[in-house]
Parts: sequence; structure tokens; C-alpha cells
Amino acid sequence: MTAADATTRPFAWTRKHLLSLESLSAEELEFILDSAQSFREVSTRSIKKVPALRGRVVVNAFFEDSTRTRTSFSLAASRLSADIIDFSEKGSSVSKGETLVDTARNIEAMGVDVIVLRHRAAGAAEVLSRAVTCSVVNAGDGAHEHPTQGLLDLYTIRERFGKIAGLKVAIVGDIANSRVARSNLWGLKKLGAEVIFVGPPTLLPRAFESLGARCVHDFDSVVAEVDVINMLRVQFERIASSQFPSVREFTRLFGLHSERFARCKKDVFVMHPGPMNRGIEIASTIADGPNSGILTQVTNGLAVRMAVLYLVTGAAQ
Amino acid sequence: MSSILIQNGTILDPSQKLQQRADLLIDEGKIAGIGLNLGSADRVIDASGCFVTPGLIDIHVHFREPGDEEEETIASGAAAAVAGGFTTVCCMPNTKPPLDNEGQIEFVFREAQRIGLANVFPVGAITKGREGKELAEIGSMIQRGAIALSDDGVGIADASVMRKTLQYAKMFDACIMQHCEEPTLGGGAMHSGIVSTSLGLSGIPAEAEQLMISRDLLLNRTIGCRYHVQHISTAWSVELIRRAKRDRQTVTAEVSPHHLLLTDENCRGYDTNFKMNPPLRTAADVAACIEGIKDGTIDCLATDHAPHRAEEKELEFADAPMGIIGLECALALYIKALGEPGHIDWMKLIELMSTRPAQIVKLNRGTLAKGAAADVTVIDPNQSWKIDAGKFKSRSRNCPFQGWGVKGRARTTIVGGELKG
Repeated sequence: MTAADATTRPFAWTRKHLLSLESLSAEELEFILDSAQSFREVSTRSIKKVPALRGRVVVNAFFEDSTRTRTSFSLAASRLSADIIDFSEKGSSVSKGETLVDTARNIEAMGVDVIVLRHRAAGAAEVLSRAVTCSVVNAGDGAHEHPTQGLLDLYTIRERFGKIAGLKVAIVGDIANSRVARSNLWGLKKLGAEVIFVGPPTLLPRAFESLGARCVHDFDSVVAEVDVINMLRVQFERIASSQFPSVREFTRLFGLHSERFARCKKDVFVMHPGPMNRGIEIASTIADGPNSGILTQVTNGLAVRMAVLYLVTGAAQ
Repeated sequence: MSSILIQNGTILDPSQKLQQRADLLIDEGKIAGIGLNLGSADRVIDASGCFVTPGLIDIHVHFREPGDEEEETIASGAAAAVAGGFTTVCCMPNTKPPLDNEGQIEFVFREAQRIGLANVFPVGAITKGREGKELAEIGSMIQRGAIALSDDGVGIADASVMRKTLQYAKMFDACIMQHCEEPTLGGGAMHSGIVSTSLGLSGIPAEAEQLMISRDLLLNRTIGCRYHVQHISTAWSVELIRRAKRDRQTVTAEVSPHHLLLTDENCRGYDTNFKMNPPLRTAADVAACIEGIKDGTIDCLATDHAPHRAEEKELEFADAPMGIIGLECALALYIKALGEPGHIDWMKLIELMSTRPAQIVKLNRGTLAKGAAADVTVIDPNQSWKIDAGKFKSRSRNCPFQGWGVKGRARTTIVGGELKG
């Protein structure tokens, strides 16, 4: 088989669910990114709508607060002409005496095609996918994965550099509790980037080395060599659990401030999954400066989520 | 009471180091003799191709009565026990309310007697309400027949309370069974390691278990109470006990079937039937537990039979309760984990499942000596079967071994000279 054969051979998307990036192949990741590229173009039209999912029903089932992810999914579904239902419920299923699976089966009984699930429990999307017959898209499950965030980060990096392989990407902050870090790790590794996790040992367990990340506790030791810096949001409640002593010390050691930024590569690409704590993990001048891809991430998130909804519903047919 | 003659089997009795083809006669609820030509009996059981062993004993089960009778009752638990070949079980006190006074101990005895299946010996709580603060009436519970003491489900976190426990229990020569988990390090959903990191689940580090074992061994060094480590799960825990035994400390330990056959890798997929406490550890920990059995560091096998409702086990992994049922498949699983790979022989297996557990709780059972209570299990070592929790006598179905093909099964269970299963 020649290289030409390989590129011309049609790739068939077969997955009914998007649960994690760990489970996807490099080929599948590339396919989603390529599909997102065609949907990106839709956003530039004066009529920003395609009929791809007309007559389909997408339910945003959010069991945890999230404004931007939910809005992004809603808008993505709407631009595909799907009907969107928002289902929000805070609190655990334990307290209300109904399991997540019960709730989801109820939603499904109303005749839905896709459940977009955000849940505080790791594994919630995977468990749900085994219990229902419709498609399940993981919009963040505990500290496990946030696959569409991972995909939009991949997309944004690829768009900026024209490639992912060979890049060095630092992801900084509370790695232990971050689903964004995990999805980025799997996606970036599969597409050939080097992933450097940066944080204190209390928020960066050594086990991540076994998963393929380079683990670093001294941010300054890597700032000059990385092409991308992805800053995670500081969770203030970690102070109470003594995972770091104070915001001030965290900012000093792991924040991206102007002094540290001055030692970065000139074309370093700065990212943040949002919402930002300005002046804490990232200085405003950097977040709003020319190296920042933060708003581009949000724009690309829409295209990536359109692609995901389109692909999983196609596979479910 | 009728007499029973078990013919053509192989008698296997670790208490007498006996392994021979012979018949076993039971009369008046006692072992009447082992040999050939023992005369006639009211009932004859053909045990061709089978082992005839002292009744199996499980010193760690949860029967949920009183409080959670929809999960298990003393009746359903006892039925599960005899179905699995167990003639005697010791039930843990973490019921609602807990077994922390003599009235509760009496309740379990009466209920077990009324049901009349397996021997059920209650373990009393160490502290009032299992809160780890004030000692329960240990003496009164022992006098009423509590077989041992434990706050199982949690360990005694406070070192001062634990020291008093060991001192006070020593007065009665009582066995203290400890669920070893330092609470400030525990509380997670699974073993802390590579798999938990990948799954995004909170971890219970191996040190949570090791820390409490170390502390207790230190406290007990000068006290010398009978101290028993429940459901051991980590390699270093085994080593701690090995060293303590070398120092002639009074310590014993048990291990459960799942800690010999499963690892934290099984938690991928978030199936809550793989969630238990202590959690499934690594392959190296499993190997160390097996080594501990071979060299005598670990004294006995115990299921930690822990029934839970399906609705509860359907919760998210982090929220679902810990524990799995074990009584009806334990024998076959021990054979798979220890017998089939050649780690131990049949004599050792029955010692671990009957003779040693009886000694740990000072029961005059686990033997086929003439005159002993006629608790006998007839085991067919060649019967191949598939584990199907749907067919279990237990009220619960939380079994991670569903569908496993296994070999070896109790064919007949005799308790006090009566055929029970």
C-alpha cells in the first residue's frame, strides 16, 4: 500500500459516544479535528446554520454548574438545526434517591438522540453509555476527562502551529483534579506532542509519569523550552485541604506573570480553559495579549462540538 | 437425632494431619469415628471422588440484620453460608443499630438458632455506636458469647482508645479484629495509583492500611492482646505482620478472595462491583498476599461477604457503597487463586478455611476429631461450574466474579450432625 492509498482511503467514523480521548486513536482524533474545520467555516457565514441535525433532539444534562460549556453545546446543536433541551440539576443523585441511570433513562424515554452529560462523578458518562441506547457525549466527568475541551485545545494548537507533533506543551496548575489536563494529555500524546505537567507534588502525583507526562515542579525550569502553555484554573478550596498554602505562594511559584513570561519563547502560545482568575494563575496583560489563544479556544469550541454532535449522531443511525 | 455415614470419600483433616480414604460416621451431632466398616447409619452419603473436611469457617461476614434486611438477613446469610460449604460464620457488628451491647449479641444468637442453618457467632463492637470514642461493654458481650470484637467498616482511629481497647480486651483474652485504615489518609474510592490517576477517582493509599497496622503492632507490643488484622491487602502490610510474628507478637491476619484474584486494573470501566474496602490493589500486592499465605504470615481466608442493594451499587463509582458478596463462590475462588496455580495443597487450603480460623476465635471446631461437633463439608474438587449470582441464596447480587468459570464446589454441608445444604 502506498502513502497515497492511505490518504485516499475513506475513514469511517463508527463511534456512537464520545466518552474520553484516552479511548480514541490518532486517526479518530484527526478526523474530528478535520470535521471541525469544515464546521468552523459555518460560523463565518451570514446565516450560521446547517440542517445536518434537523429533527434530532439533543439534551444538555448538566448535573454541575457550567455556563460556557453548556452554552457552547447549545449553540453547536442549534447551528446544526437540532432541538435542544436543557436539563440542569444540582446535588447528587444519592440525595434525591434516584440514580443517574434512572434520570437518564427518563430523559431518553422522551425520545432523545444525544445526551450531553456534565457530572461531578468520574465515570458518569461511561456508565451512562452502557445504560441508554442514545448517544452520550461527555461534557466533563469529575476529574476524569473533558474530551471536547481536549479536542478544542488540540484544534487551536493545530490551527496556530499547523501541526501538533513535535511541540512541547506545558500544562500548569492543579493537575490532580483536572479533567482538562487528562484529556489534553491523551490527545496531545497520541498526536505526537510532548506533555509537561507543572505543579506542586500535592497537585501533581507521580503516577502521571507512568501515563506518559513529564512531571516538573519548577515552572521556571521549562518556560524557555515550551511552545504552548496551558494554564489551569486555581481551585481555592484546595487551600483548605492544604494542597498548597496560599494563593500568593501559588501565584509566585506557578502563575504566569510578566517576569516569567519574559523568559518564554517569543511566539509561545498561551491557553486557558476558563474561567480565568486574572492576576492569580495568569496576568491580564498576558491573557489579553498577542500570544493569547484564549478567545480563539472558545470560538473553536463551538466548531469542535458541532463536529462531535454530527459524528456521534451519524454513527448512531 | 439421626446418624449419618459418609462413605468412599477422602478424609482431609488438618487438625489431625489426616488425609486418607475412609468413611466418616456422625452420631448424636458429634463425630463418632473415621475408618472402614463403621457399621450402619440412618442415612448414607456417597462421597466418591470428594474430600470430606471439617466444616468451612468464615470469620468475616456482614449479615445486615438488624437495619438493612433488604440486603441480607441472618436467615439469608446463613443459607448462603451453607450453600457455599460454610458451617460457621462470624458476623460483623456494623448493623443498624450496631451490635454493641449484650442484648444485640443475644439477638443474633437467638435468630441464628431459630433459623437453624449455619452456626452464626456475632462479633461485638469495640466502641459504643462504633464511634471510636468510648469502649462498649466488652466484658458483658464476651460473657454473652461474642466471639471477638471489631468496629469493622472503620478502624479505631484514636491511638489512646486503641491502647485502652487492647488493654481491656486482654483481661478477657478476647480477639480484637481491626479494619486497618487510617481515616485521614483513607476515604477514597479505590486504590491510589496509576489507575486511579487515569480514571480521575480519589485514592486510598496503601499507607492508610500500613500506618494503622504499624501503630497497632507498636501499641500491642507490650500488651500482648490477641490482635487480628482483617482483610489485608498490601505487600508492606504482609511484611509488617511477617516481622511482628518473627518478634513473637500475638498477631494473626486474614485475606479475602478478591485480594487474591483482582487488581485495581479491574476498576477501569467504573463497575462498582469492583469497589470495596480495602480497595483492589496492584498485582505486586496480590503476589505478596499469596506469598504471605504460603509462608504462614497470613493465617486464614475470610470473605468479607458484604451485601449491598443493586440500586446502591448502580450509583456513580465515587458514591456507591464498598463491598461484595462472597460466601457462595469463595471456595472455588480460593481454589482458583491458590490451588490451581499450585501455591498450596488441599490440606493447607482446608487449614486456612477451617482449622486456623477456628483457632483464631477459639472455637472448638475446624476438626474431625472424635467427639467434636459434627460440622462437615463434602467438597467435590472436580465439579466445574459457572458463577451466577442470580442463583445465590444471598439477598444481594453484588459479585464481580459473575460469569467466571470455576472448579470445585461444596456438595454437602452438615452442621451439628444435620444435613443443611
